[in-house]
Amino acid sequence: MLKSHHDLQALTADVRQALGQQKVRALVCAGTGCIANGSLRVYERLKELISARGILVDLDVACDACHPRHSHSSTVSPHAGGPTTPNAVGVATSGCHGFCQMGPLVRVEPRGILYVRVKPEDAEEIVDKTLIEGRVIERLLYRDPVTGRVTPTEESVPFYRRQVRVVLANCGRIDPEDIRESIASGGYHAIAKALEEMTPEEVIEIVSRSGLRGRGGAGFLTGRKWTFARAVKSAKKYVICNGDEGDPGAFMDRSVMEGDPHKVIEGLMIAAYAVGAGEGFIYVRAEYPVAVTRLRKAVEQAREHGLLGRDILGSSFSFDVTIKEGAGAFVCGEETALISSIQGKRGMPSPKPPYPAVSGLFGEPTVINNVETLANLPSIILKGPDWFKSYGTPDSAGTKTFALAGQVANTGLVEVPMGLPLRDLIFEIGGGIRSGKRFKAVQIGGPSGGCLGEGQLDVPMDYESLAKVGAMVGSGGMVVMDEDSCMVEVARFFMKFTQNESCGKCVPCREGTKQMLALLTKITAGKGTKEDLDLLEELALTVKDGALCGLGKTAPNPVLTTLKYFRDEYEAHVIERRCPAGVCKALQIYSIDPEKCRGCTLCARVCPVGAITGERARSHRIDPSKCIKCNACIEKCRFEAIRKG
Amino acid sequence: MPQMTIDGQKVEINGEKNILEVVRKAGIELPTFCYHSELSVYGACRMCAVETDKMGLVAACSTPPADGMVVHTNTQRTQRLRRMVIELLLANHHRDCTTCDKNGMCKLQSLAYQLGVRKVRFGERENLLPVDDENPSIIRDPNKCILCGDCVRVCSEIQGIGVLDFAGRGPNTVVSPAFGRKLSEVGCVNCGQCVAVCPTGALTGKSEVETVWKVLHDPSKTTIVQVAPAVRVALGEVFGRKPGAIETGRIVAALRRLGFKKVFDTVFGADLTAVEECDEFLCRLKTGGDLPQFTSCCPGWVKFMEQYYPDMLGNLSTCKSPQQMFGAVIKRLYAGEMGCSPEDIFVVSVMPCTAKKFEAKRSEFMTNGAPDVDAVLSTNELGLLMKQAGIVFDELEGEAFDQPFGLTTGAGVIFGVTGGVSEAVLRAAAASLGVDTGRVAFDEVRGFDGVREATVCLGDVTLRVAVVNGLANARRIVEALRRNDVSYDLVEVMACPGGCVGGGGQPYPNDVQARKARGKGLYLSDRMTQLRNPQENLAVQKVYERYLAGPGSELAHEFLHTTYGPRRRISGDIRINGVAPGALDVSVCVGTGCYLKGSYDVINTFMRLSDREDVAGRVNLKATFCLEHCDRGVSVKVGNRIMTGVTPENARRVFEEEIVPDLPR
Repeated sequence: MLKSHHDLQALTADVRQALGQQKVRALVCAGTGCIANGSLRVYERLKELISARGILVDLDVACDACHPRHSHSSTVSPHAGGPTTPNAVGVATSGCHGFCQMGPLVRVEPRGILYVRVKPEDAEEIVDKTLIEGRVIERLLYRDPVTGRVTPTEESVPFYRRQVRVVLANCGRIDPEDIRESIASGGYHAIAKALEEMTPEEVIEIVSRSGLRGRGGAGFLTGRKWTFARAVKSAKKYVICNGDEGDPGAFMDRSVMEGDPHKVIEGLMIAAYAVGAGEGFIYVRAEYPVAVTRLRKAVEQAREHGLLGRDILGSSFSFDVTIKEGAGAFVCGEETALISSIQGKRGMPSPKPPYPAVSGLFGEPTVINNVETLANLPSIILKGPDWFKSYGTPDSAGTKTFALAGQVANTGLVEVPMGLPLRDLIFEIGGGIRSGKRFKAVQIGGPSGGCLGEGQLDVPMDYESLAKVGAMVGSGGMVVMDEDSCMVEVARFFMKFTQNESCGKCVPCREGTKQMLALLTKITAGKGTKEDLDLLEELALTVKDGALCGLGKTAPNPVLTTLKYFRDEYEAHVIERRCPAGVCKALQIYSIDPEKCRGCTLCARVCPVGAITGERARSHRIDPSKCIKCNACIEKCRFEAIRKG
Repeated sequence: MPQMTIDGQKVEINGEKNILEVVRKAGIELPTFCYHSELSVYGACRMCAVETDKMGLVAACSTPPADGMVVHTNTQRTQRLRRMVIELLLANHHRDCTTCDKNGMCKLQSLAYQLGVRKVRFGERENLLPVDDENPSIIRDPNKCILCGDCVRVCSEIQGIGVLDFAGRGPNTVVSPAFGRKLSEVGCVNCGQCVAVCPTGALTGKSEVETVWKVLHDPSKTTIVQVAPAVRVALGEVFGRKPGAIETGRIVAALRRLGFKKVFDTVFGADLTAVEECDEFLCRLKTGGDLPQFTSCCPGWVKFMEQYYPDMLGNLSTCKSPQQMFGAVIKRLYAGEMGCSPEDIFVVSVMPCTAKKFEAKRSEFMTNGAPDVDAVLSTNELGLLMKQAGIVFDELEGEAFDQPFGLTTGAGVIFGVTGGVSEAVLRAAAASLGVDTGRVAFDEVRGFDGVREATVCLGDVTLRVAVVNGLANARRIVEALRRNDVSYDLVEVMACPGGCVGGGGQPYPNDVQARKARGKGLYLSDRMTQLRNPQENLAVQKVYERYLAGPGSELAHEFLHTTYGPRRRISGDIRINGVAPGALDVSVCVGTGCYLKGSYDVINTFMRLSDREDVAGRVNLKATFCLEHCDRGVSVKVGNRIMTGVTPENARRVFEEEIVPDLPR
């Protein structure tokens, strides 16, 4: 049990010392992506081999600060040469490194060597060559697809070079299931500092001055939210961590919860201390089983260490956390719906006011902050508001994590200072478009965000700039699309998502998304008219105006932005009856190039509906009224004589 | 006083909770579907959107007013939103308006007209869902539901029952009873408050108009009609009168024109009930019977008690309701006097209530398989019947009820408003005890508050009375009684807010103002009556003398009293692993008691085990609601055998030892 700030510092020193005995340390990524690619088998194999070689050093520091100091020592497997052996090796699983495209990832400390796409078969070589002999295995290094050069360390990989990792600082660097590693890397030092040196008002003051804004989407000033909640007099208050990340293609919050759960808990503690709450909830989707397990474990460990519970670190601040699993409704990311869900009710938003800060969970004042917002807090408390403001833009301070997905070369999780131009993110960090295709659009902020095109690539990624062009920072999901994407179809995809995820409460969202989807479907089916475009726009604007909650108000964004930036594509669909990207099946017309056709009759024989006619050795023809666009003729033709479009 | 500007007009804010109330005070009618002052704010229809100077477009119902606020109610944006909401709702609405029960009274229809929506630019509703018409009182047509949630909130907030709620998400959202069951299979008490608030034809009363026409056209039947007190102050609304206008005479005239052989007054039944119930009450007081005595005139309340507090049924007065006392007197006692056999008599009652339709069909009120009351018309249905017959209401001359059951007192009249039954019983009790209170009215039990308490001294007897309306309030009082927080001698409960004047069969709009006005009409009617004590009713006296040997006698019990029994809140089973012909039925109780003891885990264990190869396809696993062994749960029914005491821990053993041996080969 840690009973004071001093106890915490003593434990930190002990764990650091113990960690220092591991001369070399392999960190195997155990983020969801890498696990899916088999990283846990790599870890098991590495551990087995290191044990067999007798060089494994376990981090097993007695963590109760009241124990005599000498008990804080590393135990080394009996056959090892002792803690001082030059080959003392540690191996641990870590949270997400972010470079999911290249997983499973193995990072070797202290040199920061990054091995990519590691298989269990590679483990022996890693142990013998790298961990024992200190040699780098070149074939496992990342090779820049552009320059062809290998990059020996994680930091030198282009994907990481432009990143600034504040929230993700520990992700991939520590074992998230061991509170001691978190503490050694500075975990819980911020709350200790706040409890010892600051009044709640001072904490709010610092957070206000830092300019931190909510990372969940709306970008409301965190300090201001807290000020409201602080001002409400109530015997009971709550803080909630919103971990209900649901945008398709987004996994920022998941990675933080999986990779550094203690930072989230510490952030929640700081929020609770600031607003005067004694109880907290972490609302996390049940579809994030790894995050749920790690958070539960983290809460348990924090309790065991006295970091949650009564009179934390000898202060008069008492606080505990409950992990609440959400059933996966997208709308439960909306704060009032989330509160309903925690209360065991149907996840449906309610009108604001009253704001949760006044009447939230069980009718008590409640602050809800997003995972990433909370994960920023410890650094702000430790390093100060000015340090935080040194990143980003004046109105959007700090860094932001983004999940890069879609047709970009390097998919994965990145953290960059706010205000970075989109172009840099997509082309430098993301490595551009996969397989040499042309960039077409990027969807930012998930289904509530907007689709931006070539013309908006130089927009800096901050709250105001993105809002101005009709998109939003949102939670940070980013889906990159290449020239093969049909923007009408993209809008339809996102509308289908929001339609299904609408809670069904307010008319504009429930019925509006349904009708927008119907119109978009009609257009992609080649049955749209120019009037449909006008109606679609009118409807989209009305839904944006009239919906009850953020989900509904932002649901039309993909439609409005694609209508704005890709109107020509819509017009091609309804006027020329053509899908420029060749995606919309109903608009494809199959025809035979008479120049190329040899009259082999293969296509006519394979056509299931007899749409192709022609004499042997003469060029054939397709009757478009009969053609069902099954593609069988194209697949059969040996002369590439059949085209569609 | 703080004030705000609404469309250029300065309006004071005087404690209004939301902008909408202030706007309405300013004489501007903002359209709404989901706003009802007595329900929680829902904010879903967005029709009441207004533009504000600082907050942009907001829903007026859910935004508090503020000093200096500037509001515009009719802008391009608000108009576009309102029209679009209507158009969107219409696109998903089964638009068979001309044949709809709500035609002409539908809010969606009238707002669409009013706001100038003349075309629906979107497609039609694709899938028509089945209409639930098996409940005796209420028809639910999900294809006309606009999901405003009014019924959901009235059922849970006002009635404390919550048989309706939202299910599904997005475009698949529906309002539905639990597990997609029918209304007749769940704990619905048939009060019809959902019908009263439904803005469209999604919830309507079940009509018996056709049944009644058929009988009226059948010369072999003697048709006798009785009219409940609350009907006389509401029927006029169907013909454009103000709520509360007393139209008794015209109603009698109309019923005669329709062809009823005898037109009687349910108030006679109410007087009889008051006397009999008073006798029962005084007897309980004297002999130390179960107290408080709960009134039993309201069939919604009776069903509520049977479902939720079966252990307290002993407190419920065993007296039948006025409707059923009337039916019993007519068919079983008076028929002979008329020279008819009961089979030739067809008793129709006109009621403000939808639950009375259910009551009339209860098995307790059948004699030799025939109901004592054959058909129940709501106030609305009577209006329709009259319209169909071409009766011009305004041109009717008032007529008097037929005798002898047209004789009434003021005590029976006020049965139709909350507090009326208590007052009638108190009047009777005072007379029975021979106490001269020097007054007729007991103002202390009057009013419209959900719960009213009064202590009434009748000579040296002090009575503690509680008057409750709205079943959520009733639940609170019953719970308080069970905790011994309160103690009463007499508790009157009416399921509907305001009592019968606010019944689910009353004309639209059936809101608080209308209910209060109707109640006022009944009290006025009471004052205008010469006889105001139920015992003074000569017809009542005659019935007691002639047939029943006095109040509380054995004969009175045979004809005027009834019995109650525990009732399951939900019926039917839920199949879990499909139907295998010839397989063994295994039903696990998932009622509250068993659920709390782990019945879900038991089901899970059974599910896993019944997938096993050697038994697969031989177990029909079902979840069922209450096998009525709540104290010994988890209960499991295997074939026809009920086993108790199953636990998640012994579930596997029970499966192997009790279920597997019984499986068909």
